[in-house]
Amino acid sequence: MATHSDLPLLLLMTLAKVVVVLGVLLTAIAYIVWMERKVVAHIQSRWGPYLVGPHGLLQPLADALKFLFKEDIVPDEVDRPIFWLAPLLAFTLAFLSISVIPFGESITIAGHTIPLQITDLNVGLLFVLAVTSLGVYGVALAGWSSNSKFPLFGGLRSSAQLISYELSLGLAVVSVVLIAGSLSLREIVEQQRGLWNICKQPLGFLLYFTAAVAETNRTPFDLPEAEAELVGGYHTEYSSFKFAMFFMAEYANMVTVSCLATSLFFGGWLGPVFGPPLVRSLLPVLWFALKVLAFLFVYIWIRGTLPRFRYDQLMGFGWRVMLPVALLNVLGTSLIVAWRSV
Amino acid sequence: MTLLQIAFFFLSALALASAILVITRRNAVHSVIWLIVTLFSVGGIFLLLHAEFLFAVQVILYVGGIMVLFLFVVMLVNLDVAVKQAQFSRQWQLALATAIILMAELAYGIYRGHQGFTLAQTSAVPPTIGNTQAVALALYQDYMLPVEIASVLLLVAMVGAVVMAKRKLE
Repeated sequence: MATHSDLPLLLLMTLAKVVVVLGVLLTAIAYIVWMERKVVAHIQSRWGPYLVGPHGLLQPLADALKFLFKEDIVPDEVDRPIFWLAPLLAFTLAFLSISVIPFGESITIAGHTIPLQITDLNVGLLFVLAVTSLGVYGVALAGWSSNSKFPLFGGLRSSAQLISYELSLGLAVVSVVLIAGSLSLREIVEQQRGLWNICKQPLGFLLYFTAAVAETNRTPFDLPEAEAELVGGYHTEYSSFKFAMFFMAEYANMVTVSCLATSLFFGGWLGPVFGPPLVRSLLPVLWFALKVLAFLFVYIWIRGTLPRFRYDQLMGFGWRVMLPVALLNVLGTSLIVAWRSV
Repeated sequence: MTLLQIAFFFLSALALASAILVITRRNAVHSVIWLIVTLFSVGGIFLLLHAEFLFAVQVILYVGGIMVLFLFVVMLVNLDVAVKQAQFSRQWQLALATAIILMAELAYGIYRGHQGFTLAQTSAVPPTIGNTQAVALALYQDYMLPVEIASVLLLVAMVGAVVMAKRKLE
């Protein structure tokens, strides 16, 4: 328990954690983009980026430089304050929810035990859901403020899609909360020590992952930015670093959703632990990272494999299949939980 | 003045200011954004009172749900027409008089009962159950029947809305 004399130390530790997590996340995002290009290239029998650095490993750096030095074009008829606000909002919200994700148990440095998580809210899961539900504003406002037809359609589609799939996402998460009896992600992971939740909630996981792919606007649910019909969707009018912010937000969201899937269904940082104390405290982080990486690979794999849905199919699937199944899943889970506790 | 009070006054001022901006903006999308700021500031006050659950619900339901629908509808409205229309109706004198009377009543009420407005002391003993559990117990044990009645009412309203929308389509 933190006392008042500990406060500066606590602040310093939190600040250090924020810096480290943001640094890792930004680097990870850069290399997920590289991984995506490589994996999709190999799925399509191509080489992918190969020129900048060995196997194109410095490509993310080159991309970042390009984004920074490109001219930032703002069309005349845009609603300026909102045109600026939208990418900022998308970017900030995407990076906010990572703060409640636990990466490992705790690490002891010079007698201080530091939990490997920026903050352990007791409503952590609700916090993530709240931040996710705000994500739609970035997209919707970008689409509207551009004052141009393609972004507007992209923004509208995206709002509708996010609202529809958020329900199933929330309900899939509720079934896990029912089993765990807690909204704290740390406790949810701890409680999976015996058996991972994927065994108890296979349907819940399928629902979660499908809804999550839709929430992050990825193929086969990437209608908001369908190139063939909408040019680029909500970010058509954005260029330079404002576009980069949307781009990074999308990948940060992918990471968050994968982290959450790992914590909720695949036992988070849990895994075999052995060796000296330092290795003992760092191995969980490795297990966590590997699980998240596996999810990210599945994301890219799906993108390389499946064609895009049609818009009416997307909405129909969300409301007529996902939502009823998610509701039934919650009903079934709560019945079992209630029956067990009697 | 403690940090808590500063935060409270800041959030209250923000809530009031943004609420005024909601009704004075000509552009409906800007109004929606200011309404979101209002709801957020109220949520922040919940957080100051250690009601984390209420804060999360406020953000998820109001900001993340209802306001998105508002924005969705507003984005579809032809704003060029809306901007040219008169923003205030001609009955503003009447409205102002009503508002002043209401304010006076409120001020009188506060004046008469100002002893009741001292800030509640936070209990020295930390609560044994979390905020979320406390809300759940209140809703599903102490007030089970009213909650159920309210949810049935909402369901009826929802079904009614669907039926009416369907009839218009046919």
